[in-house]
Amino acid sequence: MKVLVPVKRVIDYNVKVRVKPDQSGVDLANVKMSMNPFDEIATEEAVRMKEKGAATEVVVVSIGPQPAQETIRTALAMGADRGLLIQTDQTVEPLAVAKLLKAVVEQEQPGLVIMGKQAIDDDNNATGQMLAALLDWPQATFASKIELNGASAANVTREVDGGLQTLEVQLPAIVTADLRLNEPRYASLPNIMKAKKKPIDVKSPGDFGVDITPRLKVSKVTEPPKRQGGVKVESVADLVMRLKNEAGVL
Amino acid sequence: MAFDAETREQLIDTVRRFVAERLRPLEAQVAEQDRVPDEIVREMADLGLFGLSIPEAFGGLGLAMEDECLVAIELGRTSPAFRSVIGTNVGIGSQGLVMFGTPEQKAKWLPKIASGEIVTSFALTEPEAGSDSAAVQTRARREGDVYVLDGAKRYITNAGKAQLFTVMARTDPDRKGAGGVSAFLVPRDLPGITVGKPEKKMGQQGAHIHDVSFDGVRVPAANRLGEEGEGFKVAMQVLDRGRLHIGAVCVGVAERLIADCVAYANERKQFGQPIAQFQLIQGMLADSKTEALAARALVLETARKRDAGESVTLEASASKYFASEMVGRVADRAVQIFGGAGYVADYGIERLYRDVRIFRIYEGTSQIQQVVIARETLKRGG
Ligand SMILES: Cc1cc2nc3c(=O)[nH]c(=O)nc-3n(C[C@H](O)[C@H](O)[C@H](O)COP(=O)(O)OP(=O)(O)OC[C@H]3O[C@@H](n4cnc5c(N)ncnc54)[C@H](O)[C@@H]3O)c2cc1C
Repeated sequence: MKVLVPVKRVIDYNVKVRVKPDQSGVDLANVKMSMNPFDEIATEEAVRMKEKGAATEVVVVSIGPQPAQETIRTALAMGADRGLLIQTDQTVEPLAVAKLLKAVVEQEQPGLVIMGKQAIDDDNNATGQMLAALLDWPQATFASKIELNGASAANVTREVDGGLQTLEVQLPAIVTADLRLNEPRYASLPNIMKAKKKPIDVKSPGDFGVDITPRLKVSKVTEPPKRQGGVKVESVADLVMRLKNEAGVL
Repeated sequence: MAFDAETREQLIDTVRRFVAERLRPLEAQVAEQDRVPDEIVREMADLGLFGLSIPEAFGGLGLAMEDECLVAIELGRTSPAFRSVIGTNVGIGSQGLVMFGTPEQKAKWLPKIASGEIVTSFALTEPEAGSDSAAVQTRARREGDVYVLDGAKRYITNAGKAQLFTVMARTDPDRKGAGGVSAFLVPRDLPGITVGKPEKKMGQQGAHIHDVSFDGVRVPAANRLGEEGEGFKVAMQVLDRGRLHIGAVCVGVAERLIADCVAYANERKQFGQPIAQFQLIQGMLADSKTEALAARALVLETARKRDAGESVTLEASASKYFASEMVGRVADRAVQIFGGAGYVADYGIERLYRDVRIFRIYEGTSQIQQVVIARETLKRGG
């Protein structure tokens, strides 16, 4: 079974994000970029399936600017077999990504797509669901455990508000990875070097006949409000009074 | 091999992450228990760290010196005891074999050294032969197709875990100095080898040194590294490389300390403002930063020269000399900037202060580096 893993290049999770002065977005100049952490988890899961013999090939795809190749290389260093970059400098919204992924799925015919539940840049949490809808495939989102029943079905444990829910989905299916699915490995240094020799195909959105023109307009991006410093209260009575009158929580 | 920018970036980034996420949280524990957890050693092996300097043909990474230095700088950002785990396999314990080994010797040992399956040690220092390392007294007598080794080594890093020693021993008792010394690959399991208890040390708890004695140890002649009398040539070339590596580690520790100082100075308030606002504190930060930058530039420039095939005996000594003295000053200023917290164990600053002291002593003391630098400078005429 072939597993497809879409990966996104995002601002590194350790970087403190700065909003551009004109409020049109966040400043990406000279900022460290990395693979979206949820996509790392997805890649790890696919690579483990391959190591256990459950998957035969792990293909990673990224949609984004030329440097997104580095993100693909990271996945290849973790153990994926080959990569596909759909190169564009334009902003691609979840729907456009889902349409492109649909075209890739039709071409590659994977038995399973594992992807991050969301990207930590825009936090949309939409692409996986949209892709499932476009393909009319079963979906299991927010997975914390995936068990394959041969190549025809999978039991997926999902993290839902009330606890854990286990679904059985027929394959092929879309599964989106949550934080606790696994702990991604560090790509070993020899594998980083070997990843240089693994193939990455480069295509453009046009090659798949997909129109990626944005449908959404960002009105403005602002910093979250600064947290107010705390105050020390003199007594319990004072605390209750302030919670009632100032914080308005009682 | 040298890398394209992207691969190098990925390599360095991986090591940086490993250091930050896996090693730094364990610093206090390792110091207290005087032990690097087995699990961490395994992770270091999985990551490929034991093979940094072993050629790719033998399962290592075959890093160019510049790349090895960049990795060493990253490893320097945590307790140097962690680096010591891989230190001998990457440096003094393997490089004699890489540079002078026969194809058979290399094929037999290098893959296991690269994978971390075996640990190596380099045994040069003796009770009577420290800085005057050419005064080696350990004897190697030829008897047919074996050499019989007798003598005692001391302060041998990783000897407690080593399965392979590179031992310097005198094959020609009539030649007093370097010319009478040969190098041998000595497997730990040969009869007659005794490894002493780990020494109690000033710093770098978790890294260990031991006495090693050889009592009638019969080493196959095929295990001689290089020709008879070439032992010193081996040792000196190994040390050239090792000195650059140590210099790079010093740069890493210094950069770590400076970052710690900046964080603390911004946080700690006295006289109503962060101490980072005081120009006397800023002066210390500026001096530390300047020296760390200078050391980094010297180490990396020398590494590039070595990669280009130039002889760097002088520059490697200068790198080790300057970087090790520099990190001593930076650590001293760090204690000062932290004030009482710098002297109290919880903050880890006094620990690093003790840890870096050894860099001015092993692989050639600062005085020996000065001797080398002066000798080479006089030779070069300036
Ligand atoms: C933690 C640690 C790890 C070590 N690991 C290893 C190892 O793995 N393998 C190994 O073989 N050795 C190892 N050593 C030994 C180390 O390399 C020696 O300790 C070092 O070379 C100094 O030798 P010495 O201790 O005999 O000092 P000495 O040579 O006795 O030096 C004492 C003082 O005299 C000065 N001095 C000596 N000669 C001169 C001179 N000509 N001019 C001016 N000043 C001089 C020195 O600079 C020093 O200040 C290790 C030591 C330590 C502490």
